[in-house]
Amino acid sequence: MSRCLATGNMESFPISQVPVLPWDDFLDWIVDGVVQGERLISLFHRRNDIVCSVLADDSRGSLSVAMGRFDGRSYRALTPVCPQAHMFERDMAERGGPVPEGHPWLKPVRFPRGGALGSSVGDMDFYRVQGEEVHEVAVGPVHAGVIEPGHFRFQCYGEIVLHLEISLGYQHRGVERLFEAPLSAGQAIAAESIAGDSTAGHAGAYCGAMEALARCEVEPRARAVRCVAQELERVACHIGDIGAMAGDVGYLPTSSFCGRIRGDVLNLTASICGNRFSRGLFRPGGVLWDIDDSMAKDLLKSLARIRSEAADAVGLLWSCPTVMARFENTGVLSTLDCDSLGLVGPAARACGVTRDARHSFPYWSYRYRPIRVAVESGGDVLARARVRWSELENSFDYLEALLSDLPRSSVMVPAGELEPSSMAVSMTEGWRGEIVHVAVTDRTGKVEDYRVVDPSFHNWIGLATSMRNRGISDFPLCNKSFNLSYCGFDL
Amino acid sequence: MLLDILRVRAKQGFRTMAYPDGPPPALLERFAGLPVVDQDRCSLCPGHCLSSCPVGAIEKNGSLTIDLGLCLFCRECQRACPYGVLSFGSDHRLGSSSREGLISSGDGSPPLALNERAAGLYGQVFSLRVVSAGGCGACEADVNVLNTLAWDLGRFGINYGASPRHCDGMILIGPVTPNMEEAVIETYRAIPEPKFVIAVGTCTVTASSREDFPVPVDLYIPGCPPHPLTILDGMLRFLGKVKE
Repeated sequence: MSRCLATGNMESFPISQVPVLPWDDFLDWIVDGVVQGERLISLFHRRNDIVCSVLADDSRGSLSVAMGRFDGRSYRALTPVCPQAHMFERDMAERGGPVPEGHPWLKPVRFPRGGALGSSVGDMDFYRVQGEEVHEVAVGPVHAGVIEPGHFRFQCYGEIVLHLEISLGYQHRGVERLFEAPLSAGQAIAAESIAGDSTAGHAGAYCGAMEALARCEVEPRARAVRCVAQELERVACHIGDIGAMAGDVGYLPTSSFCGRIRGDVLNLTASICGNRFSRGLFRPGGVLWDIDDSMAKDLLKSLARIRSEAADAVGLLWSCPTVMARFENTGVLSTLDCDSLGLVGPAARACGVTRDARHSFPYWSYRYRPIRVAVESGGDVLARARVRWSELENSFDYLEALLSDLPRSSVMVPAGELEPSSMAVSMTEGWRGEIVHVAVTDRTGKVEDYRVVDPSFHNWIGLATSMRNRGISDFPLCNKSFNLSYCGFDL
Repeated sequence: MLLDILRVRAKQGFRTMAYPDGPPPALLERFAGLPVVDQDRCSLCPGHCLSSCPVGAIEKNGSLTIDLGLCLFCRECQRACPYGVLSFGSDHRLGSSSREGLISSGDGSPPLALNERAAGLYGQVFSLRVVSAGGCGACEADVNVLNTLAWDLGRFGINYGASPRHCDGMILIGPVTPNMEEAVIETYRAIPEPKFVIAVGTCTVTASSREDFPVPVDLYIPGCPPHPLTILDGMLRFLGKVKE
């Protein structure tokens, strides 16, 4: 008998088909998979004795699901042999699931009230370096700028950062619980606000999961409109990020041009659905707004203008030697670290890794009209900036192709009821990276388990790692080059 | 190099909007602003809009009212109404200096945002500490966007400060999660008197009605997220810098 169930992105299957393995076999299955190059994309405690896990094989584009039966309270931690598991194991333990013995740094993730690992937010043992001339810099939760809250502790030897520890949880809202209900408008609205700047990514993943469970096939035009929204979201955020990186090294022309251009892209999204962040566009069964032919023409015209302005603004950045010198070799992440930590999105692609859900697990229009994946090597701030620009160019090309040839069909079909006792894994490639939603229904067809993994869940440790042995003044720049979400992580 | 910068600069042109001396920037056709209700035709149905609203923002006691402080502008009600009684107009003016002011009967008049005291105090500079406490990041983005050159918030004498001790008030975003409560209270305490709190975003406005909400609110700016023009307009009318 196979140790797991093979499935695809946005496909549903009866929960009874998922093998339930004895605990040690379950852990072996995860470790074997990761050793062979698969990635751990979800690991969660379902109920008293059942833990569920999903592995992704990027090279084959397949997902595998298995459950483990657990008896007792603690088990030998996966993290020492499989660092990708470090956050999942902490998360599971905090929610009252099995406790990983020998986890190198078992501390709360989101500090929920009454969490099983105890302590109130930020109150924990931080990693401490001792010695003369060693000092600690603590920042947050309220940062100096207009930004979400988090607490950062730098262990410094003079200017050099030996270690950065990031403690989050301040934005913890308990958003996953909102999905544990029958299909409703409220769920879609909750999905839209999992991470506000990734509405198209998260609402898309939610819709993918619900449609799989309802066995609902979305019309071609709706698929295209969704891809337009996701690419516009990516374009807006990448332009904003490149501008922010320029701002952090004091290069104001690119910074100010990009800030304005980003707004123009958000306005294109608003021209489609009335909201600059794609709110009220994605619903199970399709989209609530259509892009008619004259609107498509207008969008194409605006995109051509924006593309040329962005190329000018970002071109200035590449041609400025002082900026390039500042970006190069700053915040370097090795491919090995990237793989062992399981990083995703542009941060991973900047380490030379081809990891993109649109490419490996294609959905909607990406299935029929492939999109190029941007990969850079170097793993430094420069590579992360360059990956963003290459992705921008790919997205502009893709938007032009989509909008000049929108399929003819309706944009909404009724989603219908969810299949009872079923499960679906839904992945989209948000602008920060892969977004994974896992939904499980109960015997009545109501969602009983809903798990969200935002790319930030994997990538915050990447930022911390990139700061090792760097000057503390590199932090803002490294931070911008990742630009991670707090609420997407805190959930 | 310098020539390239000048060439791009010339191509980009002057981008700061004329508002408030000129007209506000035109909002898009599908923008959902201040709701409009045709009360006369609203007696025909049993209230499809009420049951369609995912947040319970609509009430019908004789006439129909929409609580803009709960409304997500998702337009489920507009889609549910078979008679086309309800629609969302193009008026961006949604900010109110009282919570009750947000209960709209859809007659087209925007809520009153003026705060006489703040208007008297902050003619020149109004400095704000922005605190995110459970927002999803969208309001933060559109509060931040006012600092870009298209909006150029600084020309109104309004700026975002780093230290609460150097600020005149706080922009609060988010419903104040339990884990942020202490930080919000401490930040608020660190702002010298007199101080004003601006709640931005529907989740913030909704939560501000909670009995244990940690700070008093002086200006409510609803929307999920509010358009930057709505945020700017709210602050300008609050300070009496725009009168209508």
